[in-house]
Amino acid sequence: MSAHVDISRLSKSFATAKGPLVVVRDFDLRIARGEFVTLIGHSGCGKSTVLAMLAGLSKATSGGIVLAGRELAGPGPDRGVVFQSPTLLPWMTAFENVMLGVDQVFYTAARAERRQIAEYYLTVVGLGESMHKLPGQLSQGMRQRVGIARAFALSPKMLLLDEPFGMLDALTRFELQQVLLELWNRNRLTALMVTHDVDEALFLSDRIVMMTNGPEAEVGDILEVPFARPRDRQQLLADPEYYRLREYLIEFLNTRAYTLKGQTPRSHEPEAKPDGDGKPPAAATEKHSKPTSVAFTAA
Amino acid sequence: MKKFPPWLSNILMPFVGIVVTLVLWQAISGRVVQSRQPDGTMEESKAGLLKDLPGPITTWEKTRKYVVEPFAKREELDQGILRFTWYSLVIVAKGYAIALALGTPLGFLLGLSKSFTKMFDPIIQILRPVSPLAWMPLGVVLFSNTGRAANELAALFTIAVCAMWPTVLNTAVGVRAIPQDYLNVARVLKLSRWQTLRRIMIPATLPYMFTGYRLSLGIAWLVIVAVEMLTGRIGIGNFLWNEYNNGLYTSIVLCIVTIGVVGFLLDRAMSLLERRFKTA
Ligand SMILES: Nc1ncnc2c1ncn2[C@@H]1O[C@H](COP(=O)(O)OP(=O)(O)OP(=O)(O)O)[C@@H](O)[C@H]1O
Ligand SMILES: [Mg+2]
Repeated sequence: MSAHVDISRLSKSFATAKGPLVVVRDFDLRIARGEFVTLIGHSGCGKSTVLAMLAGLSKATSGGIVLAGRELAGPGPDRGVVFQSPTLLPWMTAFENVMLGVDQVFYTAARAERRQIAEYYLTVVGLGESMHKLPGQLSQGMRQRVGIARAFALSPKMLLLDEPFGMLDALTRFELQQVLLELWNRNRLTALMVTHDVDEALFLSDRIVMMTNGPEAEVGDILEVPFARPRDRQQLLADPEYYRLREYLIEFLNTRAYTLKGQTPRSHEPEAKPDGDGKPPAAATEKHSKPTSVAFTAA
Repeated sequence: MKKFPPWLSNILMPFVGIVVTLVLWQAISGRVVQSRQPDGTMEESKAGLLKDLPGPITTWEKTRKYVVEPFAKREELDQGILRFTWYSLVIVAKGYAIALALGTPLGFLLGLSKSFTKMFDPIIQILRPVSPLAWMPLGVVLFSNTGRAANELAALFTIAVCAMWPTVLNTAVGVRAIPQDYLNVARVLKLSRWQTLRRIMIPATLPYMFTGYRLSLGIAWLVIVAVEMLTGRIGIGNFLWNEYNNGLYTSIVLCIVTIGVVGFLLDRAMSLLERRFKTA
């Protein structure tokens, strides 16, 4: 049986002033139907680039993506996209923002039915009361709820989420993770989500794909998350296995994300910090000559 | 010193400004002085810094009839000031409508296509600063064979061709400023071109379009006076010109004040509309 999503040898390079910059190289991943996969990696390694190619908003330099047996060409509503900042259209109410997509996908359905779809998803994400407000009247968290409702309401073949909770405070982020998980539990849409947050990845996903640093970033390691669903945060936090996996992920980010690309890890140990400033000049210059390190310092 | 609450000072300060201006105006304007001649008759002569400038009091006394009966129509050339203004506004509205109808799509084309911009931007920049006084004769020539409508068509042509540029340029800027995120929504949802234009691009550009519309209206109102002077169409500009030829300088002042007030009110109305679209 072939995978629901088959990403093979996906590469992307950008033309820059200093010649082509290969951001992602030979990115390989297969995702089963109904699987929730998260993608973690350092800032600037190319996570958004991969997601944009899946969304069809950016063209792959080489390689291909097959979704449900069909080669992807360009963007389409068969993929629901949730961006980091909820890109709601500010002149439309939350409801109209969702309807824009629903009208497009379910154009054969009666108007009343389409309205029901939009209302249903907005209610599930907790916006039953304020679905007729403009985005400007909603909080950041509520706007992102609309963004999630908009993506799910399309009944897409796949969900793509790019750090959807990155801009929210911790409390709101927990809330929205819960909302997302509940919604996902109802439909079990195949999902690929980018995140920086190790705990978020563990709480939400079936598998965690760890990306190496760039340039020429690729899949470094994949972690199966064995916790049964539906998940409960408290239960998870009481499980020693959770901490073992968490350690594993952090170890990857701190060490192997670099070493797999032949780079020197930047120390994250608190006791090593004083050394950080007094590094031998040789190491510092070597670091500087590499564009990767520059990308990383932006983190 | 005691401070006035803002609402009071918002009324009070402009009021003070108006009074100061009126007093200064009165002070520099001409006044009539009577002097006894050697033969015993009284002779009237003018004095003052600007002898021929009628002061506010004289202006009011002489032009009262146009103001207290603003919509009266006594004769073709003797009508209330607002009636004249109304004629002008009607023609401005028509010319302005043409300016928007041409300028908005042109602005969209410029905003959407780089090559279109490269092709036509120089021409626009050349046509833009041409004075209405230069366009007007061309308009008269162009429409000279249209009989009775010739004057009106020439006027509309001049207003439209002078007033459309701010709309064109602001719309183009607005289209170029549409956030990529909004366009991505359209791409992800595979909206048709028409849907993208109607649901995404036009709403996103509206605030810019209205800035253009406001500036265009200001120009249209500026142009009408010149147009009426040249064509002899009845209206406030034409009234001003006739009164000048009759040597009735008080009426000129009345016209200037009226044109100014109307222009100000039009601008205020447009900026209220503009603000509505900005917050949306
Ligand atoms: N249009 C572009 N032209 C040139 N370089 C680009 C372009 N877009 C992205 N890049 C580069 O590609 C690299 C990966 O960017 P990307 O946005 O995919 O990173 P990311 O992993 O999503 O980072 P973050 O976690 O900060 O969002 C970065 O080094 C970035 O500078
Ligand atoms: Mg990113």
